Amino acid sequence: MEDRPVSDKLSTSVQWEPIIVAFFCNWCTYTAADLAGVARMGYDPNVRVIRVMCSGRVDPQFVLDAFAHGADGVLIGGCHPGDCHYVEGNYKTLRRYHLLRRLLRDLGIEEQRLRLEWIAASEGEKVSKTINEMVEQVRALGPLRLSRRFKEWDAELASLEAEAQSEEVVAHV
Amino acid sequence: MSDKPKIAFYWCASCGGCEESIVDLAEDILEVAQAVDIVFWPVAMDFKRKDVEAMPDGAILATLVNGSIRTSEQEEMAHLLRRKSQILIAYGSCAHTGGVPSLANQFTREEILRYVYEEAPSVVNENRVRPQPRHGHNGTAVTLPEFRGLVRSLDQVVEVDYYLPGCPPTPKLLKQAVLTLLSGNLPPKGTVLAPDTAQCDQCPRKETKPVDLKITEFKRPHWTQIDPEKCFLAQGIICMGPATRSGCEAQCIRGNMPCTGCFGPTTRVRDQGAKILSALASSVNAREPEDIEKIMDGIVDPVGTFYRYSLAKSLLRAKVTR
Amino acid sequence: MSEQRNGHVRIGVYICHCGANIADTVDVKAVAEYAATLPGVVISREYKYMCSDPGQELIQKDIEEHAINRVVVAACSPTLHENTFRGAAERAGLNPFFVQMVNIREHDSWVHSDREAATVKAKDLVRAAVMRVYFHKPLEKRRVPIHPEVLVVGGGIAGIHAALTVANSGKRVYLVEREPTIGGHMAQYDKTFPTLDCAACILTPKMSAVRAHPNITLWTYSEVVSVDGSVGDYKVVVKRKPRYVHEDLCVGCLQCIETCVYKDSKFDDEFNLGLSKRKPIYIPFAQATPKVVVIDPDACIQLKTGKCKKSCMEACVERGAIDFAQKETYEEIHVGSIIIATGFQTFDPRRMPQYGYGKYPNVYNTLEVERLVNASGPTSGQVITRDGRVPKSVGIVLCVGSRDENTNRWCSRVCCMTSLKLAHLIKEHTGAEVYIFYIDMRAAGKGYEEFYQRVLNEGVHFIRGRVAEITDWALDPSEAGKLVARVEDTNTGFVRRIPLDMVVLAVGLEPQPDAHEVQRMFGISCSLDGFFLEKHPKLAPAPTYTDGIFIAGLCHGPKDIPDTVMQAGYAAAEAIALADTGFFELEPNTAYVVEEECSGCKTCVPLCPYQAVTFNEEKQKAFINEVLCKGCGTCVAACPSGSIKQNLFEDEEIYSEIEGVLAYA
Repeated sequence: MEDRPVSDKLSTSVQWEPIIVAFFCNWCTYTAADLAGVARMGYDPNVRVIRVMCSGRVDPQFVLDAFAHGADGVLIGGCHPGDCHYVEGNYKTLRRYHLLRRLLRDLGIEEQRLRLEWIAASEGEKVSKTINEMVEQVRALGPLRLSRRFKEWDAELASLEAEAQSEEVVAHV
Repeated sequence: MSDKPKIAFYWCASCGGCEESIVDLAEDILEVAQAVDIVFWPVAMDFKRKDVEAMPDGAILATLVNGSIRTSEQEEMAHLLRRKSQILIAYGSCAHTGGVPSLANQFTREEILRYVYEEAPSVVNENRVRPQPRHGHNGTAVTLPEFRGLVRSLDQVVEVDYYLPGCPPTPKLLKQAVLTLLSGNLPPKGTVLAPDTAQCDQCPRKETKPVDLKITEFKRPHWTQIDPEKCFLAQGIICMGPATRSGCEAQCIRGNMPCTGCFGPTTRVRDQGAKILSALASSVNAREPEDIEKIMDGIVDPVGTFYRYSLAKSLLRAKVTR
Repeated sequence: MSEQRNGHVRIGVYICHCGANIADTVDVKAVAEYAATLPGVVISREYKYMCSDPGQELIQKDIEEHAINRVVVAACSPTLHENTFRGAAERAGLNPFFVQMVNIREHDSWVHSDREAATVKAKDLVRAAVMRVYFHKPLEKRRVPIHPEVLVVGGGIAGIHAALTVANSGKRVYLVEREPTIGGHMAQYDKTFPTLDCAACILTPKMSAVRAHPNITLWTYSEVVSVDGSVGDYKVVVKRKPRYVHEDLCVGCLQCIETCVYKDSKFDDEFNLGLSKRKPIYIPFAQATPKVVVIDPDACIQLKTGKCKKSCMEACVERGAIDFAQKETYEEIHVGSIIIATGFQTFDPRRMPQYGYGKYPNVYNTLEVERLVNASGPTSGQVITRDGRVPKSVGIVLCVGSRDENTNRWCSRVCCMTSLKLAHLIKEHTGAEVYIFYIDMRAAGKGYEEFYQRVLNEGVHFIRGRVAEITDWALDPSEAGKLVARVEDTNTGFVRRIPLDMVVLAVGLEPQPDAHEVQRMFGISCSLDGFFLEKHPKLAPAPTYTDGIFIAGLCHGPKDIPDTVMQAGYAAAEAIALADTGFFELEPNTAYVVEEECSGCKTCVPLCPYQAVTFNEEKQKAFINEVLCKGCGTCVAACPSGSIKQNLFEDEEIYSEIEGVLAYA
């Protein structure tokens, strides 16, 4: 999946807009987001929802991977405690979230960039409210965009890399 | 020179333990030495960089590089050895996943230099002199390698063919690897030359691990009398075993210390720390946020605990706001 | 890697306009053009209605003619049309699980107004799906068999109708009712609007039919205490509370009640809402079903002290139905589906102290007045106040605990019609002047508006305004000894004081107090108002998000009797259809352990709430029983060596979605 076109707006836009990756459980929060849609409860277009069956499926690796690929924030939405479609998958999510938050703090990622929210299937309004709130908070924090930071970090490798490549070319001649 | 296959060893940011592990082959090293020509091994033999530079590209069958990459000189050597070798092997945790040195990725270059040259308790440096990359002395330009902003694993700098994990790798794995190389029957590129299951698979204490850990407390090893028979996790001591590749023959565990994760994750895992975090947190026996927090307080340094050997290769690579 | 695993990937992308629903906000053409540039995409189209037959045929044709082997449909929520498009793929010979839906309607066009941002978002989501389908694998749906038995919880008109409908189709039904008799609220009503049918006359034959039906097992005075399993096989435990009377021995002769040591009825009669009294041994009402007495352990001397001469037992000595040693028992049943019809409670008007309920004896709620006007009620149908007077003026206050920010926001739907009916009946019984205080009159329903007109013509006074307070504070002699409703008549703009002998509060309808526990026990959801949540408000108003569990009647929300009966019949039809199909197809999203990769660390084992994950001692590996797995993926996320995979939600699939939505970050 290398050659991606660059005709997209985000890639060229000067104005930074936060991107939030959201993992929503199928039964509560994803359905609530559907409800928000049906009821036309508008919210900021900065969120990208990835559906999982249960918030318990959200591997902390997914959260880190989203950050590493450039997300400015990650939102996890699950059923309210006691209401989990899978009895208590959301409790596992809650525990992981508490530890992950500590890890992220130590790695310099602000607390507001990871949010866990219990949103029941009927709470369309809460979807809209949560997303708007989070977008606003993350906007105030500014870009995280690790994908770009990684490139900056690795810029220091460029000169030697180029040198090595040119030597290879010479060697092949 | 003979037409025996040529092998090289090199070290970058490492403690020397990996070099020791080569010597730990003991008499087997003779067997290896008979089968190959060691053409470069700065720790043990008197070859110079220019000797390597003089070789045709691809002249070395395999180079085993240990240590992580922190300086421009290490980068240069990595590029050079990459070019001269048919096969480049990341040897040991540091080359494989960044190792302990990559925990320095929690700090800026400035923080590190300031501490090391100015603030460390054993340092007396009233003029706050720091080594400079370039320095004129008696009309001669003296240069030092650049100190990079990040510690990197070998494969973050050059292409790597195989990995030998461990801090250090075991002689058994090394011997197997060398024999594999000599056999010509090579595994797919990128293979980690160790089993692809987690530690528990080979752990002598496996049977004592209860089905439900129901963790109510995390203890540090030095806070407690460790039962020499019982699963560490069952004792509330963090053991990286479930998230760490096996192949080390459970040496730490046999020495009554928990696994700290030096073999890195299995192939299926992108981030060793996140995975052990997920497994441990899932097993915590609490439902209320306050109770959960209280238990998590027992993990005093999540980064140092979960990424002791793998911060450079973790998904976030470093403290992002250094 | 994907190529190796899945052969040559040829992706077809289909962007739906959904008429204007999507196309108005998302530049569908731009999205389709963009998708065409993505790696692996062979065909990219946009179409007005992808879910229409021509839309589906478009996909089928591409699969057949262009060897498309992955399908991405960007349209509405997968909860609506995922099966539609999977079906289209299947008809064209492609495994249905090579289809991925992208939600660009509910999650995009309907919630955003900025066309540019909505289009960018659609592209991101489409790209994520395109990257995801690379990793899709062919999967088979799993079939689970369906136990033909059905459980109906709640014996009001909804439960009765559902139970009879299912039983008539030849299936066994367990009907569980908490109270000693079935009948529910409807049994307490006098007449039903708008036809003024006698409620008992139309209900009691159905109650008897339940009792007599060979396919219905009726457990009254019983409660469901636990529910396990899932569609097709729910294991349900029912607690049968001791009524201290053997149901199979009691013939309902009621002689025991006659001979009870309490000569007078001293205890509040629940059925008459405390407007009359009963003895410790009693029958809730004449047509109670089953017609079996019950002993109230809080009132009975024998049960309280063990020192009664037990004259009731003497009266029943021949049959020996009375048994003070009776203990609660538990029944375990297996059913394929469950219909929940647990009803409602009426709003407690004490929460609105300005109306004086509980303070002024002559302030009633509608349910109490139902009993007062009923010929078999506490006053034998005489409408008299608590101080024994025939009221000359009666005020009915609407929307008490409905349409009110301070109590309940919803309209309870039946109060307008109930009030019209009671106004008519009170007038008929007493000739009193009747006032109805209303915000809006809602008379939508067959014959309802006509009934409203009839009551208007009967001379009932309608005052448009929310009553501010009910007081007994007389300002002039005409108000002395009366209750006064102070209200702004918003039609005339005057504040009026109406002296009344009797006030009837048309109380709203609320979820049962334990609705939340019931919801959790059955694994369904509640709406914001606390009523049970249906699967779809329009197209699936009886199924829930939990397969095999249906809701009927007022536990789902306020409605009148005809609507309740319709929903109950619908729920029954769903349960029958499920049982007759004999199997249910489950999403193949189960998790599995890759045995050679598993280290046997056991982390996953205790995480499964269904005991689907076990530890194989012999192999020293974890094992997932696919039949028990419900596909939450919690164990997958927890597996520290990445050795558990979840179909449809594999790590690689989710990673590629993450990467996809962030490709430009």
